[in-house]
Amino acid sequence: MSFITRGFTGRSRERDERLPPGQTLVHDFPVLSAGPTPEVDTADWEFTIRTESGERRWSWDEFMRLEIEDVTTDIHCVTHWSKLGTSWRGVSLDTLFADVETDYDYVMAHSYGGYTTNVPLDELLDGKAWVAFEFDGEPLDPEHGGPARLLVPHLYFWKSAKWVRGLEMQPSDDPGFWEQNGYHLHGDPWKEERYW
Amino acid sequence: MSGVKQLQAAPRTGWHVAEVVETRRETPSAARITLDVDGWPGNLAGQHLDVRLTAPDGYTATRSYSIASSGDGERVVLAVDRLPDGEVSPFLVDELRVGDRLEVHGPLGAFFVWRPPADGGTGRPVQLIAGGSGVVPLVAIARAHADAGDATPFRLLYSVRTPDEVFFADELETASRGPAPLAVEFVYTRRAPAGTDAPVGRITRERLAAGVIGADAAPVVYVCGSTGFVERVAGWLIELGHHQTAIRTERYGGT
Repeated sequence: MSFITRGFTGRSRERDERLPPGQTLVHDFPVLSAGPTPEVDTADWEFTIRTESGERRWSWDEFMRLEIEDVTTDIHCVTHWSKLGTSWRGVSLDTLFADVETDYDYVMAHSYGGYTTNVPLDELLDGKAWVAFEFDGEPLDPEHGGPARLLVPHLYFWKSAKWVRGLEMQPSDDPGFWEQNGYHLHGDPWKEERYW
Repeated sequence: MSGVKQLQAAPRTGWHVAEVVETRRETPSAARITLDVDGWPGNLAGQHLDVRLTAPDGYTATRSYSIASSGDGERVVLAVDRLPDGEVSPFLVDELRVGDRLEVHGPLGAFFVWRPPADGGTGRPVQLIAGGSGVVPLVAIARAHADAGDATPFRLLYSVRTPDEVFFADELETASRGPAPLAVEFVYTRRAPAGTDAPVGRITRERLAAGVIGADAAPVVYVCGSTGFVERVAGWLIELGHHQTAIRTERYGGT
């Protein structure tokens, strides 16, 4: 149904193939959040994976002893900005789930501050997701989700839960905070799954 | 925010064709744009929408804007500030004319919204805090409160560079004179109105503490502005004893 808006020419003509539809390249790092930035001290930080049969728990020091990966990836925010080739350090979800047994197929990510977002488990494994604690060689800023955030770069960035504190397995794909407030259950930027 | 929560009964979202029915200067750098949106389902106060512009060669650009109006009907009011280096906002502010058509997607967002309390009762007090053009969704909320004649105590603390750059000055004045209680206070960061001795300068923790409803009254607080503004203000609100779940934020930024 798209039609031309009189007089609009736009600026960029070199469409970057790495940009999903409806996205604009930015060089700064905008912030999307629904409330105050939680202050989380790494001394108090812990990360939990909870299943139907129990839980695994890591302190910050234990987490830092896990295998750490460098990740370079593009990120896409539902509010229409993208950044290309961003660099992160973190722990792969494959590492975190290595000894976790579960029959559930869906994950609810929980954050300090009370926010939640839902992701299917198979979208977090096989090198697709990390818990990241460094951005651009520096500890992750609190406003960008520090001390640690989920990094699921193939989905819109609200799925990369800031201030993440744990993952809870769930039998169905129940919506999290952002999804209850209008964002898409899945959030694939290449399909423009922005809103439901 | 945890546990089971009912899905909010917000109007369904979708793409719509919008025609410009009025555009006028809001401030030296901003325009107020009134759209007639075909099939618009109405929107809640505080929601936003996406605007999509298409060039003759098919190139498109999409941006999000807060809505300054609320309620039923197909009229939607935006107020867009021109970003010096922007691609879309200079076009909307300087080029758009009555009769032009564009596409909008919405209404969007079900968290940064306000509804009058049911049954005509009085809800928790509401504190609105705006930085610059971040006032737009808060104007929608203040006007919805005024239009409902709602008895909930409201305050708006509005940080703005100069008196010339106040958005919706007349509407805020009118709303603050109506029966619905609304107190409006300005923080001028560059220049205060002539003939006043209002202090000039960026908002401080002390200024914030003096200008907002106290934490003991347990207000719901809506903060909208740049990321830097929202980070500072929300951090101070926590220090002043406001509960983090009572603070709702919206930021503008990027392009």
